Amino acid sequence: MNWSLFFDLTVSGLTLGSLYALIALGYSMVYGILKLLNFAHGDVYMIGAFLGWYALHALGGPMNPTFTGAVVLLLMFVVAMLGCGVLGVAIERFAYRPLRNAPRIAPLISALGVSIFLQNSALLIFGAAFRDYDTFDLIGVKTYNIGNLFFSVPQLLTVVAAIGLMIALTVFVARSRLGKAMRSTSFDREAASMMGIDVDRVISVTFFIGSALAGAAGVMFALVFGQIYHFMGFIAGLKGFTAAVLGGIGSIPGAMVGGLIVGLAESYATGYLPQGSTFQNLYVFALLILVILIRPSGLFGTAQIQKV
Amino acid sequence: MEQSPDTPRIGVDEWVASVEGKRERYTGLRGAVFRNWDRLPPAARVLVFAVPAAIFPFLTSQGNVFRYGLFTLVYALLALGLNIVVGFAGLLDLGYVAFFGTGAYLYAILASPQFGNHWQAEAAIPVVVIATAVVGLLVGLPSRRLLGDYLAILTLFFGQAFVVFVNNANRINFPFFGHVDLTGGSNGIANIDPFNFFGYKIDSTMKQYFLLLIAVSLLLILLMFVNESRTGRAWRALREDPLAAEVMSIPVNRLKLLAFVCGAAVAGLTGAIYGTIATAALPGDYDVGLLITIYAIMILGGFGSIMGIVVGAVIVSSVPELLRSSANARPLFYGAILVALVVKVRPWRLLAAEFGALVALGFGIHGIASAAYPRLVQGESIGSGAIPRALDHWMLYPRDAVKIADLAYIVLIAAIVVYPQLGRLWRAILLPPLLYLIMFVWENLLLLHIGGATRLILLGALLVALMNVRPQGLFGTATVEIV
Repeated sequence: MNWSLFFDLTVSGLTLGSLYALIALGYSMVYGILKLLNFAHGDVYMIGAFLGWYALHALGGPMNPTFTGAVVLLLMFVVAMLGCGVLGVAIERFAYRPLRNAPRIAPLISALGVSIFLQNSALLIFGAAFRDYDTFDLIGVKTYNIGNLFFSVPQLLTVVAAIGLMIALTVFVARSRLGKAMRSTSFDREAASMMGIDVDRVISVTFFIGSALAGAAGVMFALVFGQIYHFMGFIAGLKGFTAAVLGGIGSIPGAMVGGLIVGLAESYATGYLPQGSTFQNLYVFALLILVILIRPSGLFGTAQIQKV
Repeated sequence: MEQSPDTPRIGVDEWVASVEGKRERYTGLRGAVFRNWDRLPPAARVLVFAVPAAIFPFLTSQGNVFRYGLFTLVYALLALGLNIVVGFAGLLDLGYVAFFGTGAYLYAILASPQFGNHWQAEAAIPVVVIATAVVGLLVGLPSRRLLGDYLAILTLFFGQAFVVFVNNANRINFPFFGHVDLTGGSNGIANIDPFNFFGYKIDSTMKQYFLLLIAVSLLLILLMFVNESRTGRAWRALREDPLAAEVMSIPVNRLKLLAFVCGAAVAGLTGAIYGTIATAALPGDYDVGLLITIYAIMILGGFGSIMGIVVGAVIVSSVPELLRSSANARPLFYGAILVALVVKVRPWRLLAAEFGALVALGFGIHGIASAAYPRLVQGESIGSGAIPRALDHWMLYPRDAVKIADLAYIVLIAAIVVYPQLGRLWRAILLPPLLYLIMFVWENLLLLHIGGATRLILLGALLVALMNVRPQGLFGTATVEIV
C-alpha cells in the first residue's frame, strides 16, 4: 500500500469535504424550514468566490496587498460572506416568498430561473475567462507535514475555518433565541407562527446564514484550487446537495458528515478506482443512489411519517 | 342531465362547482369558443395547429424552415414527452435531456460510419425507442422510493452523468471487449445517415419537417386520448396527491414507472430524429441549456396542458431567434416594458406624467453630461436608422462603456430589489430614474451581448416573474389545495 498517496488523497478529500459540508449546510437549513430545494445556492457560492476576488484586488491584489496577508484574507471572507448573505435574503424575498403557497413545483422553477440569471449575470460582468486568486503570492508556498501527511496553508486554513464556522453555527442554533426560533419553525411552521415567532424573519435569517456559509466556501475553494469561473457553482451545488441528502436533509450534523463523506469518496475515487480522475462524479453519484436506496432519509435523517 | 348550478351534487365541492359555473358564465363569442373547444374531437383540435404548420414551409424560405420550423417541432416533441412525466404524473425529472441524448447516440451507433452499421429506419427506430424506454425504466426504478425533490436531484445527476459519460466513452476499456470508441468523445459521432424507410430517404429539410409534423400531430392526438383515459386520470390523481391516490387503490409505483418509460420513449424517438437533422451527435447538445429550454416551454404552456405546450414551443424557439439581432431585440424589449407599464401604472394621467418625466430626465442628464463630462456621451448607439440616431441625443453612451455599464448593472439589480419595498409616493417619484437606468444598462451592456448572456438573463428573469404572476403557467389550470 502506498501510504503517501493515501495521505495526500485524505488531505485533499478533507479539504473538499469541508467545502461541500459548508454548501450542504445552506441547502439543509433552507430545506429544513421551507421544504424547498434552493437550486440557486451553488450560484451564490460562485458569486462568493468572485466577491472575494474583487475584495482582494480592491485591497491591492495578491502581489502587494495593502495589509498583511492574514488581514486581507479576513477581509475577503467578511466581504464574501456579507455580500452573499444579502444576496440570499434578496433571492428569498423575490423568488420564493411570493410562492409560499403555490404548488410545490413553482418555487423550484423560480429557483432555476434565479440560477440562470445569476450565472449569466456573472458571465456578463466577469467574462468567460478563468480568474486566479494567486494564493501563493498572497500567503507563501509553505507546506507542513506530520510524518507523511503533507498539507498546504490554504488546505489547513480551509479545514480549520470550516470546522470553526460549523461549531459557531451549531452553538447558534442550539443556544440562541433565534436558533431556537429556527428549530421550531423547521419543526412546524404554522404552529411556530401561532406561538408568536416571526416566521418571515426566521426564514430571512436562515437564508442569510446559509448563503454566507456558501460565500465562505467559495472563497476557500478559490484559495485552495485557484481558478474561479462563472459556471463553477453548478457542479459544486450538485455535490453540496448530494452531501445534504447523504447526511439526511434538514439535519445540521448530517450535512457536515455528508460533506466529508462526499469529499473523501471523490478523492479516493480519483486515486483508486479505474479511470477515477475522469469519472469521479459518476462514482459519487453511484454512492448517492446506493445510500438513498438503503436509507431514503439519509444517514442522520429521521424517516418521515406522513399523517393525513 | 341538466341541473341548475345551485343544487348541490354529491362529490362536487364548492370550488369545483364554482369553476364549472364560471365556465358556463362566459357569454357571447368568448363563451361559444370555450364551450365548442371542449366539445371538439381531439383530431379536429390538432388541425388548429397542424394546418397552419403545414402551410408555413410554403410561405417562407428553406433557411427559415430549418431555423424556426424544425427546432420548434423538435422542442414541441420533447416538451410533450416531458409533459407526460412532469405535467401528468407530477414527477420532477431533471435528467430528461439524457434520454433525448440516448436516442440520438443509439441511432448514431446503428446508422453511421462509426461502427459501419447502416440500419434501415424501420428497424432502427423501434430498437432505439425500446432501448431508451428501458433506460427510462432503470432510472425510474429509484423513483418508487423517492419523494419529490430527491427524485429531482437524482435525475439531475443522471443527466450530468450522461454528459460526462458520452464525453469520455471513447477511452473506456471495457471488461470483455477491450478498448472501444463508443461515442467519439467530445468530437461526437458525425455523418449520421438520414432515415431510410424501405428505401425512401428522409434527406431534405422539407421531408424532415413533415416527418416531425406528423410525429407531433400523432403524439398530440395520442396524448389527448391518454389524458382522458383511465391511466391519464390516475396520473393526475397521483400528481395531486400520491397518498390519496394510493388509498384509492391506484397502483402508484407502476404508474410512476409507466410515466418514466413513456417520457423516455418519446425522448428517444425525438433524439433519433434530431440525430438525422443535425447529422451528428455531440455531447454539448444534451446539456443543461436544452433542459432549461424544454422546461421553459412546458412552464410557459402550463403543466399538463397539451395544446399550451405547442404554443410554448413556438414562443420559446422563435423569440430567442428573433432576439439574435439588435434590430429586432430593441423593439421587443421596449415593447415589453411599455406593456408592463400600461398594465401596472394607473390612472393614465400618472402614466403620461411618468413618460413626460422620463423624456425630460433623459434630455436633462444628457445636457448636463455633455457640458460637464463629455466622455459620457462620446459613444453611440448600436444599429442604423432614425431611432438609434435619435437615441444618441437622449441616452448616455460613454466612450469605453464596459466599467460604467457593469457598475450600472449591479446598481440596477440592487435598485430593482429595493424598489418594490418603497411606499407609493416614492415609487411614483423614482419610476422615471429607474426606467432611465434600465434603458442605460440595456443600451450599453445587454444589447452588446444579445447573442449570448443577455438572452439567458432575460429568460431567467422571465421564469421568476412568471412564477410570481401565474404559478400554473400561461395555459395551465390553477389547483387549489383544500386542507
